[in-house]
Amino acid sequence: MSIRYGLLALLERGPRYGYQLRAEFEDSTGGTWPLNIGQVYTTLNRLERDGLVHPLPENEGGQRPYEITDAGRAELTLWFATPLARADRPRDELSIKLALAITTPGVDVRQVVQTQRTATMRALQEYTRLKRDDGDLPWRLVLDAMIYQSEAELRWLDHCESALVRYRPRAAKPVPEEARQHERA
Amino acid sequence: MSVLELRGVCRTHGAGAAMVEALRDVSLTVAAGELVAVMGPSGSGKSTLLNLAGGLDRPDRGAVLVEGQELAGMSRNALADLRRRRVGYVFQALNLVPGLTAVENVALPLELAGMSPRKARKCAQHALSEVDLRDCDERFPDEMSGGQQQRVAIARALIGERRLVLADEPTGALDSVTGEAVLRLLRSKVDDGAAGVLVTHEARHAAWADRVVFLRDGSIVDISGPLAQPESLLPQVVEA
Repeated sequence: MSIRYGLLALLERGPRYGYQLRAEFEDSTGGTWPLNIGQVYTTLNRLERDGLVHPLPENEGGQRPYEITDAGRAELTLWFATPLARADRPRDELSIKLALAITTPGVDVRQVVQTQRTATMRALQEYTRLKRDDGDLPWRLVLDAMIYQSEAELRWLDHCESALVRYRPRAAKPVPEEARQHERA
Repeated sequence: MSVLELRGVCRTHGAGAAMVEALRDVSLTVAAGELVAVMGPSGSGKSTLLNLAGGLDRPDRGAVLVEGQELAGMSRNALADLRRRRVGYVFQALNLVPGLTAVENVALPLELAGMSPRKARKCAQHALSEVDLRDCDERFPDEMSGGQQQRVAIARALIGERRLVLADEPTGALDSVTGEAVLRLLRSKVDDGAAGVLVTHEARHAAWADRVVFLRDGSIVDISGPLAQPESLLPQVVEA
């Protein structure tokens, strides 16, 4: 996830300085997505360069708060209004891996499926364990999202396995007559 | 000590050409305080495993032990007593007694185990309130929805001093939020010291377990346990 929009959303609540932004970002994600302060300042510099935030005078503590600009507010509104396109996400390496596994000689595809299944199941167990401790609703919903994504992947793996059981590869090329005669002999 | 132990268990159904090897040399132990989920496609042996664990079926080879006692060596009465007092079942078929109210259904195993009806009733009312059915005490099964009946069956399975809880798709008839509540109940029963086996085809439900056993064609193909570095799973934030 990009922290650009995360910071804009926090600044929409009012002016904040770097350490506040980091703390609030971590709070809103249950403290499990750590940000380093360098990431926060780099992002603030870029947001300032793009005219989306505006630095305010330093306070007595020497901290410089930032406020969101109208352009920043418009960018944030657009972000909330725009669905994430599948194509914006990284390519799904898993589906490519399986497609290649099926067509690569000597690969035990069922084992590839099972190895992934066990790993995804472990992740799902871990998300569920985190969910057992009652947290705030935003954090629970973030966990639910990861739970449902893992579940979808597991269902797809089940589907792959059932499809594999029935799979009969098409002959790539017809076998030349010569070879067949040789085989019969 | 393990509460449930399966040692090299084999079980076949049918004979001749129709013979199916439901379980092939399956070994598994479940300790007190541990919940194990069993997953696998239809026909992989999940329900057979659960029936053997609960003493409802006998293996052709191998041994099933509950609290260190081999079931094959137990008398019919001892086995019945074990099933009544020590093992709780939640099966797909709810098996509620139609002529008994919700509270009577839940109190039944306690009364059979010798508790006074008055005390058993009190415990049953408490168990029903834990599954959010305090107001359905006096209803008969056919006066309740499928989901409510399911919760009565769960209250009955978890009541008393159960050391082993066996559940086969226990959230079958429930919506996702109530289903989750049932898993929390099962989880807390296990956290209180029982051993649990949960058969399910829903990964989201299996994820409540400490270990997930994958069955295929009657054999265990893999087991998923806890992660060494769970924090690696959480999404990483990238710079803008």
